[in-house]
Amino acid sequence: MFITRYKDSTRMNHWAVALLFICAGLTGLALFHPSMYFFSVFFGGGQWTRILHPFFGLLMVLGFVFLFFAVLRDNFWTKVDTAWVKKTPELLKGNEHAMPKVHKYNAGQKGVFWLFAVCLVLLLITGFMFWQPWFADFFPIPLRRIAMLVHAVAALGLVLGVIVHVYAAIWVKGSFRAMTRGTVEEAWAKSHHPLWHEEVTRKEKKEVHTR
Amino acid sequence: MSSLQSLDIAARSATTATTPMARTHKPEVAKLIDVTSCIGCKACQVACMQWNDLRDEIGENHGTYDNPRDLTPQSWTVMKYSEITTKTEDEGDRLEWLIRKDGCMHCEEPGCLKACPAPGAIVKYTNGIVDFISENCIGCGYCVAGCPFDVPRISKVDSKAYKCSLCADRVAVNMEPACVKICPTGAIRFGTKEDMIDYAAERVVDLKERGYANAGLYNPAGVGGTHVMYVLQHADKPTLYAGLPENPTISPTVALWKGIAKPLGVAAMVGAAVAGFFHYMKVGPIETHHDEPDVHPTPGPDQRDDTRV
Repeated sequence: MFITRYKDSTRMNHWAVALLFICAGLTGLALFHPSMYFFSVFFGGGQWTRILHPFFGLLMVLGFVFLFFAVLRDNFWTKVDTAWVKKTPELLKGNEHAMPKVHKYNAGQKGVFWLFAVCLVLLLITGFMFWQPWFADFFPIPLRRIAMLVHAVAALGLVLGVIVHVYAAIWVKGSFRAMTRGTVEEAWAKSHHPLWHEEVTRKEKKEVHTR
Repeated sequence: MSSLQSLDIAARSATTATTPMARTHKPEVAKLIDVTSCIGCKACQVACMQWNDLRDEIGENHGTYDNPRDLTPQSWTVMKYSEITTKTEDEGDRLEWLIRKDGCMHCEEPGCLKACPAPGAIVKYTNGIVDFISENCIGCGYCVAGCPFDVPRISKVDSKAYKCSLCADRVAVNMEPACVKICPTGAIRFGTKEDMIDYAAERVVDLKERGYANAGLYNPAGVGGTHVMYVLQHADKPTLYAGLPENPTISPTVALWKGIAKPLGVAAMVGAAVAGFFHYMKVGPIETHHDEPDVHPTPGPDQRDDTRV
């Protein structure tokens, strides 16, 4: 039995953001450290990397805005989440049974969500502040210097968040199809998101009754 | 400007490996600008335009002698005129006209080179000249943030950064920079950095004898010294000279961003990925528990029939 976790529109939105993240990420890394400058060849060289990066980034942020509001409702922090975070070492040992019951998202997923949101806002604001050739000149040089540092730190936060996000999808078997097919096994929902599973099944029963 | 120089490279932007070090006997050069002998004729600006084939747009008169008002991608050196009044014991308030030839200082530790993300777009030659290699420049503007003197200018035409090259092409063939050659008063001199420091010392003694007690050489230590130096009447107050910074250093923000943040950032990203890999290999995946009967239902419509089951 499968239950729906994401609408088609949310999934397409997610993958658009993911692809744009890869493009913005690779062009950004090329400019961040010389050891990764070779990524610029995939984008037509250094000049094109510099030209394209802000557009990839801007589109990624725009895409994320829709995703943000699509999943915001289930990402507000609760007391259960604080309790969950305290138990994280148990989870990392593979002992999922020790964890408090989770709704649609666990505290780790919520943390990643808010990390993405904060980092993307910082990247957007600071990115404009040294976007050559159109916007950089509007900002004084000392401000641009701070923007460049904050941009790099926020990008690092985003990349680390994505590493956690992707690893979690690989680690917890059965998660990936939530984004590729939009559905998850009912057993998956029951073991990892029991409260969400209860809510979804209750709703379904209600619908059956009202019919 | 161009990579076709017969000069040895001491440092190269966005390059972590060591540059060739075999030739270490090259003397460091320097341009000495004696502000006290400058008459503000702007011949240096003209010579710079001529040698480097630069033609700036004709600007507007701002009611000052500064023309153009600031450095541009087409004006790599600009005379800056500052009118100041100094209090003297015997003469009362005295008007002084300080004329400083602005342009790249050719720092021993160039902030532009530190900030640049494009390999080989900025180089420092063994003789101390800092040069932009335009074909490698990507137009990101990081050099503008790196420079403590606000010198590099990004062209709106080709998105390349430009600044004084200290006529590296001339120096490479044993000629002095164009501005030095043209200067009618000998206010701009060129030679080994050692000789220029010695000559400046003589000038400072002269100036002190003439009543400029605070005369001195501007060769700021915060950037490891510069290969363009000034003799100033008021070396204790360099900001009088159209805002010449008192103690220029690479901004701590840029130093952090282009220093420790780079290796730490890469280590954090690679480390996180490697940690994930080993975590998976040690702990293994979290599987779905099929421990209740209703989780083995008949296959849904989107499941392919598999006859082997």
